[in-house]
Amino acid sequence: MKKIEAIVRPERVSTIKEALEKLGYPGMTLTEVKGHGKQKGLVQQWRGSQYRIEFLPKVKIELVVESAESVGPVVNAIAANARTGEAGDGKIFVSEIEEVIRIRTGEHGVSAV
Amino acid sequence: MATLEIRRRSRRTVPLVLGASLVLLALLMLPVPALAADPSGAETLLENPDAPLDYVWIIIAAALVFIMQGGFAMLTAGLCRAKNVVNLMMKNLMDFAIGSLAFFAVGYALMFGSSKAGLFGTTGWFLAGDQYDVGHYLLFLFQVMFAATAATIVAGAVAERLKVKAYFLYSIAICAVIYPVYGHWVWGGGWLSSLPFGVGHVDFAGSGVVHAVGGFMGLAGALVLGPRIGKFDRHGKAHAIPGHSMTFAALGVFILWFGWYGFNAGSTLSALELRSAVIAVNTTLAASAGAVSSLIVIHRITKKLDVGMALNGAIAGLVGITAPCAWVEAWAAVVIGAVAGAIVVLGVLLLDRVRVDDPVGAVSVHGLNGIWGLLAVGLFADGTYGLYTTEGPMVVGLFYGGGAGQLIAQAIGAVVAASWALVLGLVLFKLLDLALGGIRVPPQEEIEGLDIGEHGGKAYPNFTVVDELPYRES
Repeated sequence: MKKIEAIVRPERVSTIKEALEKLGYPGMTLTEVKGHGKQKGLVQQWRGSQYRIEFLPKVKIELVVESAESVGPVVNAIAANARTGEAGDGKIFVSEIEEVIRIRTGEHGVSAV
Repeated sequence: MATLEIRRRSRRTVPLVLGASLVLLALLMLPVPALAADPSGAETLLENPDAPLDYVWIIIAAALVFIMQGGFAMLTAGLCRAKNVVNLMMKNLMDFAIGSLAFFAVGYALMFGSSKAGLFGTTGWFLAGDQYDVGHYLLFLFQVMFAATAATIVAGAVAERLKVKAYFLYSIAICAVIYPVYGHWVWGGGWLSSLPFGVGHVDFAGSGVVHAVGGFMGLAGALVLGPRIGKFDRHGKAHAIPGHSMTFAALGVFILWFGWYGFNAGSTLSALELRSAVIAVNTTLAASAGAVSSLIVIHRITKKLDVGMALNGAIAGLVGITAPCAWVEAWAAVVIGAVAGAIVVLGVLLLDRVRVDDPVGAVSVHGLNGIWGLLAVGLFADGTYGLYTTEGPMVVGLFYGGGAGQLIAQAIGAVVAASWALVLGLVLFKLLDLALGGIRVPPQEEIEGLDIGEHGGKAYPNFTVVDELPYRES
């Protein structure tokens, strides 16, 4: 089982979610995060003085898939819908998951994904 | 150990001494049976059939001035950070509660009692004796709102770092002594109103008495306190510390503007003075001109249309027109408001340049424009209205052939107002600083927010507060 973590622009989330649902992956967890890679911050103004916002709001989407084979299509769906071509589009991380348990029924392993 | 003992004793001493003096004063001024006073109102009505109109108008106007407290509360809350909002609300509520009681006990008498050599009043303590009269009570009602307005102006300048106990004691001092004594000189028949220039120093609704006094005391507070952590960097460059709600700020300004109709037009002190129509129009136009002017000026300087500055500009226009409102024509109100709007923007930027931290711009809005309002009388007064009455002597300024006399009287009053407030303010805050073991909250408390340290709880415990700049030291 593999975990896919994608840090994306907040305004791309609904398109990504639709794409994942169509692929058969309706379940996911969202976290609101801040961060930046190479993308520069934002300069704003308040009553004549300026201030810089270094870390920009992003959304982290996390989902777990059954097998290594499922990773490819999911990652492509996310990337295609998250990409705008500008700096700040985000990153996707893939990692190994040891165990998954469904709390309601107590199932574990692949059937719990 | 010895120093701890001394600090604890001196911290109790100040409130004890103040409390004891008030009790003593009360005992000395035990009420005597009223003679010519009319506590029920029956005689006043017989003597003056127009009284009901006056009473209705003044009570409504007083209520309008009162709601300005809510306006200040919203404005300061909006321009400051969420972590300090409980503290700001506390200061706003209590400066009225404490200040009005102090004004009732001592201040009103100092301001409007029988004058001792034109310096201060000496009768009317606790509204007792022959003060127990509907007419006197009506005047007190209107005036106490003004005293509280002056007091609450300072809250903005000392926001986010002043110990709340210091603020309570300050409220007593300003409403019991500092505000009323100056007020006596202008409105209580004191020496400024009898200056041998023009018709003497005049101030229709209080650009000087209320706003300049409040603004310069605010400056004193800001100076003694020092800037907030993170406001200025090592090189003295000013950082923005964004407030938490432009919605509250805007609401506050609208409420203040609304209340100002009572503040200015109510100062006729009579429903029969139809000049109130002119006053109300001038009030409106000055506020509008101030907002437009501030917006233009800030846009020229920063290329951004800053709503915070525009809001301050509207208030600046209102402050600027407060002294001249009864004595000028509409076009002059527009000019006065426009100049006020420019003054407030430049004032805010200037204070940043000289490293004085004034979180909401109180000094620029009220202090600087209070002075401008006083001077504006000496320039624009057009001779069509007198001293709160349609009869002479009329108030005439430089631009209408009145010569420089009125302007000189205005300038003298302006200098006196600023100096009185600034000097006494510095003395007061320095004394409080010594008596309370420091008037500024400890740095860790300032960073966490005064709500937790001073009041044991947040303003928004179950409402999401997102800080765009949490990683900077402030």
